[in-house]
Amino acid sequence: MSEHSTYVPGNAVEKWLDDRLPVVRFAKEHLMDFPTPKNLNYWWTFGAILVMCLGVQIVTGIILAMHYTPNVAMAFDSVEHIRRDVNGGRIIQATHAVGASMFFIALYIHMFRGLFYGSYKAPREILWILGVVIFLLTTATAFMGYILPWGQMSFWGATVISNIFTAIPVVGENIKQLVLGGFAVGNPTLNRFFSLHYLLPFIIAAVVALHIWALHVPGNNNPVGVEVKDSRDTVPFHPYYTMKDLYGMVLFMIPFAWFVFFAPDILGHPDNYIMANAQVTPAHIVPEWYLLPFYTILRAIDFNVLFIDSKLGGVIAMGGAMLMLLIVPWLDTSKVRSGVFRPMFKWFFALFAINFVGLMYLGAQPAEGIYTVLAKVCTGYYFLYFLVILPVLSRIETPKPLPTSISESVLGKTAHA
Amino acid sequence: MSTQAEHSSTNRRDFLFVATGAVGAVGAAAVVWPLINQLNPDASTLALASIQYDVGPIAEGQSVTIMWRGLPVFVRHRTAAEITEAQAVPLSDLKDPETDEARTKPGHEQWLIMIANCTHLGCIPVGEAGDFDGWFCPCHGSHYDSAGRIRRGPAPKNLVVPPYEFLSDTLVQIG
Repeated sequence: MSEHSTYVPGNAVEKWLDDRLPVVRFAKEHLMDFPTPKNLNYWWTFGAILVMCLGVQIVTGIILAMHYTPNVAMAFDSVEHIRRDVNGGRIIQATHAVGASMFFIALYIHMFRGLFYGSYKAPREILWILGVVIFLLTTATAFMGYILPWGQMSFWGATVISNIFTAIPVVGENIKQLVLGGFAVGNPTLNRFFSLHYLLPFIIAAVVALHIWALHVPGNNNPVGVEVKDSRDTVPFHPYYTMKDLYGMVLFMIPFAWFVFFAPDILGHPDNYIMANAQVTPAHIVPEWYLLPFYTILRAIDFNVLFIDSKLGGVIAMGGAMLMLLIVPWLDTSKVRSGVFRPMFKWFFALFAINFVGLMYLGAQPAEGIYTVLAKVCTGYYFLYFLVILPVLSRIETPKPLPTSISESVLGKTAHA
Repeated sequence: MSTQAEHSSTNRRDFLFVATGAVGAVGAAAVVWPLINQLNPDASTLALASIQYDVGPIAEGQSVTIMWRGLPVFVRHRTAAEITEAQAVPLSDLKDPETDEARTKPGHEQWLIMIANCTHLGCIPVGEAGDFDGWFCPCHGSHYDSAGRIRRGPAPKNLVVPPYEFLSDTLVQIG
């Protein structure tokens, strides 16, 4: 968006550089002068918080890899070695482990913000899809990272998830062996997961760059969902949003630090402090909390649908629940972006958010009695929301009148206050 | 070459272009295949694909779990009551119909040898548990009977019987 450029090289060296590689111009346009809607609330700071989370994971991860040994005989001990012997290792390992959870907290908030304010609608479909790709890559990275400590949950989580492939007709077993490098989870599996766990964050960083590129073409959505009309609707990104994002990061660091310093293991599972044992399955296999909603959906399909057996059905439902996010821009055809101006949508959205937390709770419960019934109900609403409620609401709902501009909505608020 | 051929929509140059592209694609695939195939089980993993085990010391009513190809394998010395029970089940009651005879070796009906991973998602079922006097998987609640056949729950198949043979009365070769 060079039309916003106000960059004038200050001296001969800057001029020389600008003619050859205009990085300073690029940074000034995109990190400082970028026109940003002036009404962004704190839900919008989670984008920057997520960049910070990725940075924290990469830095701590590179350090952990200097002390970790990806071998079935030594992996478990090497993590304990990091926690006990390595200088500051206790904090660095805890930051990486807690950091994964904090990453997903921020990721889910960021996604729900997009779903409520209609940030996926035209012209931001590609921006949204790249975000979903980042979510899927992050999920895969986190899953492979959880294998590395080689505890009981690491081993059996990997076993359960890799057995998902066997639901694929005909070639399922071969795909599973290709992924694991053996007939069961073992040393080849640990080695390759370590390799990929190191690689994927850099792929994520590349997709994040595309995500921000796609953001900087149409510019930010905003809480009223009305497009920027003129320069009165915007402020420069720096210092207004660099400071706001920085403040959001500081607030986010408070619970982060609390977990790291006072309860580094509270988000994990005690069984993962028992070394992996291929002959004993823990009584309750529970994935990390951030995967629980999708795990519930996997388990909820315990009945056959026509020629699809329950196992394949569960896998299709779980995959569908994630991949469905990719087509949300075409399921919700309402012209109004922001949920604030959609009187019916906001209630269904609130129920969707509660339902998602419900799915998360149910994933940690045993699959029996009332829990299996509730899991089916919550799974049903998850799909109903995307496939029926969003398309139907787009047709029947009468939205509230929109402000004519961002500027007007901001000034109107001030007048009321 | 006639002028007609030169003016037709596809000419010699197009053919060479497509042919070169096709050869290039085959070459690229040939390079990519070993990069993918290295993920498959390696020679040292495959070398463990056959083991011998002496079932003699296992008392009636006792089970042991041994390892084969990195997979846990149940070896159970079944009681007479369990055998009778398994043989009496009508096939129409079974989700994955298979007779008890098909899951054991003739003359060795007391020995039940099966891969110990639940056919649902691979957990190890608990022995002498469940509603059918066989195994119960704690992960997602599959019940197996005294022949290791799925009777209730999400698992689609019976516990898998690996290829094996009795070399002598008590020596078993699995794989």
